Amino acid sequence: MTEWLKDVEPLTLKGQIAVPYTWWAGETGSRFLVSIRDKRKILGTKCKECGKVFVPPRKNCGRCFTNMEEWVEIADEGVIKAHTIVHYAHPLQPVGPPFAYALIRLDGADVDFLHLIKKDLDKIRNGLRVKAIFSEQRTGHILDIDSFELI
Amino acid sequence: MARRVAVVGTGQTYHKSHRPDVTSREMIHEAVTAALADAELTIREIDAIVIGNMDHFESINYVDTYSVEGSGGVMKPIMKVSTGGTTGATVAIAAYYHVASGLFDRVLAIGFEKNSESDTTGAIITCSDPVWDRFSYSGAIPSLATEATAYMEKYGATQEDAALIGERDRNHAMNNPYAHLRRPFTVADIMNSPMLAYPIKLGDICPRSDGACACILAADGVAQKIAPKPAWFKAAAVRHTYTWFGDSTDYNKGLVSMQRASKDAYAQAGITSPVDEIDVAELYLPYTWAGLKWIEDLGFCGPGEAPKFVAEKNTHMGGKLPVNPSGGVISTNCIGATALLRVAEAAIQVMGKGGARQVPDVRNALATGFGGCFWTDVVILSSEKP
Ligand SMILES: [Zn+2]
Repeated sequence: MTEWLKDVEPLTLKGQIAVPYTWWAGETGSRFLVSIRDKRKILGTKCKECGKVFVPPRKNCGRCFTNMEEWVEIADEGVIKAHTIVHYAHPLQPVGPPFAYALIRLDGADVDFLHLIKKDLDKIRNGLRVKAIFSEQRTGHILDIDSFELI
Repeated sequence: MARRVAVVGTGQTYHKSHRPDVTSREMIHEAVTAALADAELTIREIDAIVIGNMDHFESINYVDTYSVEGSGGVMKPIMKVSTGGTTGATVAIAAYYHVASGLFDRVLAIGFEKNSESDTTGAIITCSDPVWDRFSYSGAIPSLATEATAYMEKYGATQEDAALIGERDRNHAMNNPYAHLRRPFTVADIMNSPMLAYPIKLGDICPRSDGACACILAADGVAQKIAPKPAWFKAAAVRHTYTWFGDSTDYNKGLVSMQRASKDAYAQAGITSPVDEIDVAELYLPYTWAGLKWIEDLGFCGPGEAPKFVAEKNTHMGGKLPVNPSGGVISTNCIGATALLRVAEAAIQVMGKGGARQVPDVRNALATGFGGCFWTDVVILSSEKP
């Protein structure tokens, strides 16, 4: 099967494409990001039909298919619903291992918020309460919340 | 026997160079809610969704899933279709297949693009063979420019002949409130614009737009209850050629995929003399020269006759066969939506909802999609149920 390798050198070609993607956060997303940057406050949107509160905010409720105009302030505390502790490194991960990715149900929200836990990894359990720690340098980014810590 | 299918509603965004106020998902929602309003339906009445955009454009390559809040696809059958520039027309044709199959009564077709979020050329070039053509024949503009020079040499067409297509479409766009570029643009403006790749100048090519489009298709028996004047599918044809530019495109023969797709479409629709039987055409013309060469491939006039045919204003509003009342791709190009906009605009013409851009008494409307390595989709919509 690999006989041909005796006769021909197998070559590869490197691509030249590196696409500099930039996404608009939109009016709804920008309002959330500006709020965590400037006021350290977490905002969500509420559906007037089903009453669900979404964080990060969405412009329309997918199930009810109506626009959501009502903004609500969400607590910076909540409960760990599920988590994993990461032990390997990858350039796309926000920090080096070990750290935890967690689904956190913030008080006042109806969906889970995805974020990081960096400390007390040996003590993390689903159902424990955590609090948001804001970064000192904030740029209007989901990681303006540095991570969550056990209360 | 497949069921008869019609477009019963259309919706589109106000297209712009960039939409900082919305994400692409939110932009899709605008087009879908507009289409539902046009058809007077709710999202609950939609049985399935087909959606598409250009792969690699926004780095969101699972748009079927990504878009569900915008598309209304939560817990509905939804399928992504992506075929490069033809995507929008292919989305419409795939939705047509869905309904014609008898499995779904009301299907939503969606196309969108946010060109402002990426590098269009970097993404488009992925249509080319990665080992061969990508290094030695790069980008949309040079390949189209090569086609144009071949046409010029063969028939003696001039740059002014092509520029008239740009002037025509940009003037038509003045009648379309949704068009991206709505400023008058003349042959002189195009001739004075910077040369990019001979003979294509900046004024000869389409813009990069942010926008979305949605169409609702319904089955015979259902369509008549939704729309007073449904736009019936009389034909849908898709032709793809090789990805090798040196084999797919014999520039001296013309755009073979468009010749074959239109021939198939005319046979399906029972059309023998396109120029007499088609009342309006919404053509995917990404650059001015396509408005000459490709109308020959579509059989609107004979080989080499397009410059005269266009100069005599046969394709202007009020002419024998108006082309691009919407302003076409030269005025608006949100790529994954672009070919669906052609189908939507053709439907609008058949349904008589064109406002200032309406062509009177449209019976048959033809729409095309064009993509990447010179492939073609053709759709013919009609006020008559076939
Ligand atoms: Zn809701």
